[in-house]
Parts: sequence; C-alpha cells; structure tokens
Amino acid sequence: MTGTQLRPAVDTEMEFQPRLSLRRKVGAVFGVLTVVAMAIGLLTLGALIVDVVRDGWSVLSWDFIRNFPSRRASAAGIRSALVGTIYMMVLTAVIAFPLGVSAAVYLEEFAPKNRLTSFIELNISNLAAVPSIVYGLLGLGIFVRTFALGRSLIAGALTLSLLILPIIIIAGREALRAVPPSIREAGYALGASRWQTVRMFVLPVAMPGILTGTILALSRAIGETAPLITIGALTYVAFTPGSLFDPFTVMPIQIYNWISRPQPAFHQLAAGGIIILLAVLLTFNAVAILLRARLQRQIRD
Amino acid sequence: MSAPTTERRHIVVPPGQPALRVETLSVWYGTRQAIREISMVIPERSITAIIGPSGCGKSTLLRAFNRMHDTTPGARVEGKVWRNGIDLYAPDTDPVWVRRQIGMIFQRPNPFPKSIFENVAFGLRVNGYRGDVAARVEQALRAAALWDEVKDKLDASALALSGGQQQRLCIARALAIEPQILLMDEPCSALDPVATMRIEDLMRELAKSYTIVIVTHNMQQASRVSDYTAFMLAGEDRIGELIEYAPTREMFIRPRDRRTEDYITGRIG
Repeated sequence: MTGTQLRPAVDTEMEFQPRLSLRRKVGAVFGVLTVVAMAIGLLTLGALIVDVVRDGWSVLSWDFIRNFPSRRASAAGIRSALVGTIYMMVLTAVIAFPLGVSAAVYLEEFAPKNRLTSFIELNISNLAAVPSIVYGLLGLGIFVRTFALGRSLIAGALTLSLLILPIIIIAGREALRAVPPSIREAGYALGASRWQTVRMFVLPVAMPGILTGTILALSRAIGETAPLITIGALTYVAFTPGSLFDPFTVMPIQIYNWISRPQPAFHQLAAGGIIILLAVLLTFNAVAILLRARLQRQIRD
Repeated sequence: MSAPTTERRHIVVPPGQPALRVETLSVWYGTRQAIREISMVIPERSITAIIGPSGCGKSTLLRAFNRMHDTTPGARVEGKVWRNGIDLYAPDTDPVWVRRQIGMIFQRPNPFPKSIFENVAFGLRVNGYRGDVAARVEQALRAAALWDEVKDKLDASALALSGGQQQRLCIARALAIEPQILLMDEPCSALDPVATMRIEDLMRELAKSYTIVIVTHNMQQASRVSDYTAFMLAGEDRIGELIEYAPTREMFIRPRDRRTEDYITGRIG
C-alpha cells in the first residue's frame, strides 16, 4: 500500500514499557493527596464552627435577635445589624445582578472583538482583585459626597455592588462562553435576531452558571466590613433603617464592635452574631441554589 | 500547475427559474481566503449537492447563502448572491430577513434544550406568527415525517429523541417558518444508515416544494438524492474553487474535468 514498512510485532512490543504497577501507585498517591487537601479545608472550617458555636450558643435567643445593641451585654441584641445586612444584601443583589449580567451579555454576545474590548476585559479582571477598602474610598467619594447620599443604606449597597460587579461579570462571561455555539446558530438560522437568540436560548442555558457566580459574589459582599466602615456605616445603631436614605449598620461591623471590647460577655455576643451571620448567608445561598436547580430542571425537561 | 483562473471550467446554467444566482463569491476568514470567485445558478424546487474533499470550502460556500458568516467574527464575504432580483449582501438587506427565507440544517442535530413542541414553535414566535401555532407545529412535524413518532410526547424534551429524530426535528423546525430554500450542511454525517435513508427520502419529498442545497462528503448520497452537483476543490494555495457544475447524472457518468473524475472515482480526496 504505502512505502513505509511495518516491522514485526515482536520488535515493537519490546519498545513498550507499560509499568502498570508504578502507574497504579502514582494514581493512588494522588488520590490520597486530594483527600488530604479536602480534609484540611473541611476540618479547619469545622473547628472554627465548633469554637464559635461553643462560645455563642448561650447568647442565642429570640431576645438576642429582637433587641437593639446595648451598653449592657445582657440586654444587647443584633436586630439593627441583622435587618441592615438583609436590606443590604437584597439591595446589592437587585443592583449588581442585572448590571453584571447585562455587561457580561454585551461583552460576550454583542461587543466587537477589538483592542478596546480586550482592554475593558483586562480591566474587569483587575478590578476583581482590587482590595475592598479601595471600593470604600470610591463609594465615599462618589456616592456619599458627590451624589450626597450620605452614610445611607443605598450608598452602602451601591458601593458593595461596585465591589462584586467584576465577579458577576467574569462568572457571567464564563457561563455564556460555555453555551455551545450550535445553539446560537440554530437561533440565527431560524430568523431570530441576535437579541432574541440570547434572551430565549443563550441566557437560560447560561443562567445556572451565572447564578453560581452571583452566589459567590454575594457571599463575599455579606462579610465585607472595611468598605462600609469607610463610607461611614455606624457602629452603634439603635433603630432599623426605615428608608434607603437612613443610616445603617451590618452584622460584620456589629461583630467587630463587640469583639474589640474587653469584657468576655461581649465576646460571647460576637460569637452569637457570627452564628446568625452564617445562618443568613446559608439562607441566601439556599434560595439561590434552589432557583438554580429549578432552572436546570427546566432546561433538561 | 497553471494558474487556476485561466483554466476552463465546466459550469452549466440550469434552465428554469433560478432560486439563487451566485456571482464571484469569495470568503475570507481573517486574512486567509477560503473560497475564490464562485459563480453558479441554483435551480428552484430541486436538490443541488456540493461535493469535494475536506477543506475545499463547501460548508463555507453554503453558509454564505444565508449570511451565517455575519455571525462569525473575522469572516468577510465579497461578491453577490441574488434572489428574485435582490442582492442578499446589499447594505440594506437585513440578514435576519435573509435567514427567515433561507433555512439551515447543521451537521450535528442541534435541537434547543426544550420540549419538542417548543423547538418547532420557536421560529414561529420569533417571527411574530399570528395564526394557530399548534396547527402549524403539527403541519411541520408531518412534513418532516416525524409526527407519528412524537405526537404523544410533544412536551417531552427534544434531547430525549434519537439522533435521526433530532435531525428531522431540526428540519421540522426549519420548515415551520416556511422558508423557500433549505441549506443542509452534511445533515447525515452524524447518523446511522437507516436514519440517513429516512432523511434522504424526506429530502426527495421536500424537493417538490422547496429548493434544497446539500453539502455532503458522501458521493453516493450526492448521486442518490441530487439533481445537480457542484464539485469543489482547493488548489495548492488551499483556496476552494468550483471546478465543475452539472446535472448529477451527467457528472457522475461523464465528468468533464479530470480532477472531478479523479475525485468521484476515488483517486483523490
């Protein structure tokens, strides 16, 4: 058939060295290493949670959730911070999610691929790595002073939105990029416009991935303290915000405030606050995960 | 080898009303030219097959017929494609309008991850169809010879269908919006012989009312289903050109060009 000659099978057989037992051992070693890596992370987290629960369990009560902070540890509660955190998260999600998803859709589906867009992309990636205190200074300059929103809930939410926008945009773009091109082609070939194709098929397929990114971003925002202190969130608030323009506090600030006092009773309060904070975080994530699971089911069926 | 442009080509002009008139069509991907100055007339209500070895630009040519290259970054098209006196590449021709009339079936079945019904109804919805959607969906599924297999499970996921059924669903989806031309890019290459035969039967049936252009690397398929065959080949510069275009029977019995003969007798490609 062709010019190259096939050598006898015996000859080539000797050139292979399968070394099966070595390969099996290497595989087993790496398997163990990955389990160890996972165990280190989980055990550390577990130890932290056990420690916090031991300290804070005794202060957990309806009064702790209902009461405003107080100078007397026995009467102090987390109500204003809890309400502040919930408002803050809802507001931040409402602002950052549509903006982030829209920006991701533009960059991935509509923007021409040129120097300007790759410059923008590079900068968005960089923004995701900027320390949060810098966002706090930005929020102080723009929202609190220039827009004269004061030390308000809305100024805080806008600041946190800026902080997590890059994360949502990056996650959104990854999710959009993972949508097979054949879906887009199918839409175009049926006379759908670009926007119709994106809205009816590309976005729904990408939505679970976008939601995962948003969960991570909001989880980061819920724990932020520095930017909110920078824009002037109060540390002692004996009321719940009644409007977007009222002063506020959030749980990380309240916890920080308690933990920095000398009396051990306040340290217990801080531990209790951490438990509530984790509970709120898990609730938010559970809602998002349920939503994601429902979307995924819809896509499959 | 002499410069390809000076060689004599054997390109017929089919009689009757043309569905598409292609004039000196060239396509570039970035700086690389993929096909060069292709001119041909595609007759209405018939099947035209485009054959040629891998990389000769047959899919590139096909995708130029409904402006799918518009959606590929870096792709550029020169030349004209006329349909009823309108240049599909004129500045004021809307690509969405073009694709509404010239449907496309792809190499791999690509149903949307939704129900069978929604797959067919999508084209109707995006194009603002005001009639009875359910009736139209049934009509399209019947036309694609799929109705009897799916009529009891229209709400089931399209992804649960077999490959051949998925491809017929894609054909039904394209037919639902009443295109005048159907472009098929190797529609059977991911299917088994039985499913392939069903699609071929369907194509013969559809050719009574639609114009079909099919790209295939399967010469038997081209000789079985098509009325006209275009043979493309990329020269040493790797730019695809149209070598010969003739009624299918003529081309397979008496190819005029030696390169065509070499290809269909299996000496090249």
